[in-house]
Amino acid sequence: MSTELDERPSGGAAEPPLTMGIDPWEKNWMRVSIALLVIFAIAITIAGFAGGFQLPGPESELDPRTVTQSGPWAQPGLRQIGDGQFEAYVLAQTWNFAPRELVVPVGAEVDIYVTSADLQHGFKITDTNVNMMVVPGQVSKLSFTFDDIGEFPYICTEYCGQGHAAMYGTVKVVSEADYAALTTDTATETSDSSATQTTENQG
Amino acid sequence: MTIEERPATATETARQGYELTRWERRFIGGHLIIAITALAIGSLIGPLQALEFSNVDLYQYLEPVLKSYYQGLTLHGVLNALVWTTFFIVGFTNLTTIKGLGRPLSNPKVNQVGFITMIVGLVMAAVPMLLNQATVLYTFYPPLEASWAFYCGLTLVVVGSWIEGLGFYLTLRAWRRDNRGVRSPFIALAGVINAAMWQIATLGIAVEMLTMLIPWSFGITDATDPQLARTYFWFTGHPLVYFWLLPAYVSWYGMLPKQAGGKLFSDSLARLSFWMFLLVSVPVGFHHQFVDPGIPQVWKWIHALLTYAVFFPSMLTAFTVIASLEYAARRRGGTGLIGWVRALPWDDPSVTAQLLAGILFMFGGIGGLTNASYNINLVIHNTAWVPGHFHLTVATAVTLSFIGITYWLVPMLMGKQLWGRKIAVAQSWTWFVGMVIFSNAMHMLGLLGAPRRTPLGEALYVPDEWNGHLLRVSIGGTILLVAVLMYLLVMIKTVRGPKVEAALVPQMPVAESLRDPQLTPVWLDRFKPWLIAAGVLLLLSYGPQLIDQIVHMNLNAPGTSFRPW
Repeated sequence: MSTELDERPSGGAAEPPLTMGIDPWEKNWMRVSIALLVIFAIAITIAGFAGGFQLPGPESELDPRTVTQSGPWAQPGLRQIGDGQFEAYVLAQTWNFAPRELVVPVGAEVDIYVTSADLQHGFKITDTNVNMMVVPGQVSKLSFTFDDIGEFPYICTEYCGQGHAAMYGTVKVVSEADYAALTTDTATETSDSSATQTTENQG
Repeated sequence: MTIEERPATATETARQGYELTRWERRFIGGHLIIAITALAIGSLIGPLQALEFSNVDLYQYLEPVLKSYYQGLTLHGVLNALVWTTFFIVGFTNLTTIKGLGRPLSNPKVNQVGFITMIVGLVMAAVPMLLNQATVLYTFYPPLEASWAFYCGLTLVVVGSWIEGLGFYLTLRAWRRDNRGVRSPFIALAGVINAAMWQIATLGIAVEMLTMLIPWSFGITDATDPQLARTYFWFTGHPLVYFWLLPAYVSWYGMLPKQAGGKLFSDSLARLSFWMFLLVSVPVGFHHQFVDPGIPQVWKWIHALLTYAVFFPSMLTAFTVIASLEYAARRRGGTGLIGWVRALPWDDPSVTAQLLAGILFMFGGIGGLTNASYNINLVIHNTAWVPGHFHLTVATAVTLSFIGITYWLVPMLMGKQLWGRKIAVAQSWTWFVGMVIFSNAMHMLGLLGAPRRTPLGEALYVPDEWNGHLLRVSIGGTILLVAVLMYLLVMIKTVRGPKVEAALVPQMPVAESLRDPQLTPVWLDRFKPWLIAAGVLLLLSYGPQLIDQIVHMNLNAPGTSFRPW
């Protein structure tokens, strides 16, 4: 009887030996649930820390009020740092990415550094694992190797005001030959719009 | 398995016989009027977003009232996810406290002050939202700056809910003093656990508001630390979803079995799962910040594991609720491994709404595991997948359950009968069908890389392969609009209907547990050990990283010099 006020964990003598009133089926279900979660946890731990998987993390901090005046984001863009290795500095600012376009040769390994000069933005390159929040005062970094030729839009994925839906840019991954032609063209003609035109025609 | 029945004890019968006073009915009803009004306005705006995806821009015709997609989305999110939920939950917890304990509130003035504070806050936040001065959606992500009135108003709504929470706790304490040694009735205890979890969880947003956003929006400070603000926000942001969900669980565990003609399968496990939510709801916020730059990966991973831990009480819930329903269905003559489902009372609109809510919640839960996963989250973070997910959880598991509750609660409070039971049953099915279409399309768009919170109809980067899914979002949203209109019709007709004799008025369903609650161990009835454990876990999981971010706080982000919307 409930009015007997029994404080002990399992009271009444007439009760079957179920602790806490847990049914055996229920107990098995709990075991299965825990096993499932342990398996999931192990799986994400392995997948998350082996095989080169990366998430953004603390990279460096800066002052968003002066980021456009000095430092690498004063002139955002792509720089070659080695054979097939690049750094891309992308500046997010309502409602544009600078640069609007990154042209890389197929197979390029690119370290992508993004920061914001004003509001929070997002930076996600379609069909890749590059997906970052862009937070004023912080540098977001991920590296990616572009193994497929094509155009990959990078889209602002965080609401940032009226022009948010128009805020995007494009990674153009071109063949080695096209890339070589492009870099020679820009070197000789100094007009990179015609160079871009050429790649588009061939691509 | 054999199950022995037990008769209701004298105290249970006495508690359930408590009749709500006129003041109590009006007080709870006051919460519901605001909640349902918010749901109505917010849900009518929802389809505007869904239709925009197919280039049907109705906003241009609403120009005098709604200036943009984003203002509409702000109203939709704040009214549906914050106002409808919070007002309903606080009103409903008044009910579960009073009826669960079978006694009036111990300090009704406290609850009254809390309710008035919530209303003042709501009005204060609504004005700038309607004037397009707070088009920041329902996240507080500086340096996107809303009017000070928006921040102060929402702070007051939370403070009001704290005060009402105190009122629930005082009432439970008074009952316990008079009933020493008796296990607290489940529905009353569960409501107070949720209120306690909410008070811990909202500390994050309170600190963000008081130390950063409010001084900044008044012009006392001129810049913010956006990374720290995000950490504060998500301290509250994820447990917020459990604050929404737990009252639905109160109904699924403590009421739905009775409505289906059965009993609660396990009182102990029902309590255990609520205590586990108190413990692990809060220290999981970094899984919303997996792609944030300013948080070390190891802390993200720790929170990923803790988020999986929250999955455990949801698995317990799945078992206990389904077992309770199966028990009810077999008592009604249901047979077969799965066939018993047909024997549930599908002609009862309240039951149908909650069953359909539960079915979609299973998919929501599986999607939630994806979101929580340290690695695959990267595929869907900030994409349309996320609103696709939470329209299964908060917009169906929670909202459709609450709608189901109002199908008996509103007539009960008003001494009336539900108008149009068949329409009400059809309403839930319409919602279900609309949501399946809408949510599936949103998930697909997310997998293809479509961003969330974006008017994709006007976006410039949309490839052709998204078009089919965008169209399905619009179709699903339109069906949901029909479901909302059906709900409002049923509610308005019910409220305006005649009073009926007491025997025809629905009673509050309170499910007894199969086994005597006194067999539940006493540690499942005590706040202290669980609160201490929750505090320790919070310090371990958030303490070091939070202290680090606060010590290195850098208020250097002023935002834009113009209003960006």
